[in-house]
Amino acid sequence: METIAVEKKIVAKEKKPLEKVCIICAKGNLEDVYASLVMANGAVMEGIETNLFFTFFGLEGITKKSMNHLHTATTGNPAMKMPGGLPFPTMLGGLPGVESAVSGMMRKQMEDLDMPPVDEFLEMITAGGGKIYACKLAVDMFKLKKEDLSDEVDSIITIGQFYELCDGDRTQIIFT
Amino acid sequence: MSVKTIAGVEVNVSEEGYLENMSQWNEEIAKEIASELGIELTPKHFELINYLRKKTADKEALTIRSVGKSGIVDVKGLYELFPKGPLKFSSKIAGIPKPTSCI
Repeated sequence: METIAVEKKIVAKEKKPLEKVCIICAKGNLEDVYASLVMANGAVMEGIETNLFFTFFGLEGITKKSMNHLHTATTGNPAMKMPGGLPFPTMLGGLPGVESAVSGMMRKQMEDLDMPPVDEFLEMITAGGGKIYACKLAVDMFKLKKEDLSDEVDSIITIGQFYELCDGDRTQIIFT
Repeated sequence: MSVKTIAGVEVNVSEEGYLENMSQWNEEIAKEIASELGIELTPKHFELINYLRKKTADKEALTIRSVGKSGIVDVKGLYELFPKGPLKFSSKIAGIPKPTSCI
């Protein structure tokens, strides 16, 4: 009969802080773009190397013309509430002007919490060394040019180049 | 909470090394904490530190955006003064609690 001696290992758990995050923003709703911006800015503030990649409708968030006028969806959004907390009727959300008004209210509430408009938020991220990229395929699809995009955008890159940016064993890719 | 001697003074610090009582702070303590973080303090640093201490004493929440609009530095300048920790490192050196803001 064989006996196998199992060595008892006591391993001290070494803390391995995150070194890099690569965040993908693929949607153009107000809340989706802000989720990406808050996460990216928070990472920069923590001293984490940060790449923020905008693709498909997420490009709305870095297109000069639209970035400061993003909307939140008032239809198909079951979490939407009236100002008093009552459910927001879907029929009402479809009326002309309602989405604009609700989005304006959301932006106002965000401003009250010191959340900056999108253009300023992008500047804050790059001020701390974060990098902002646009997806080449999506830029071509929406027939945009580099000059249509915020000056804070570093460059228009392919998905292959994006993955090259994601190297390192303490890197996380976050899709919002 | 534990007691730590910084620059010859016994101070109460949190687990992460933030001063528990901002009135125990002095400039020598600031210099010692800063050197642990690899930062050499200049008059500009102290101008900002004093601003942060005043805002904290007034119970105002700090964000890098508000500091960037303080007139002392812009956001980029803040990162240059306190690389990789614009709010965290500056708060630690200023002897104020760890920032709770997400922005």
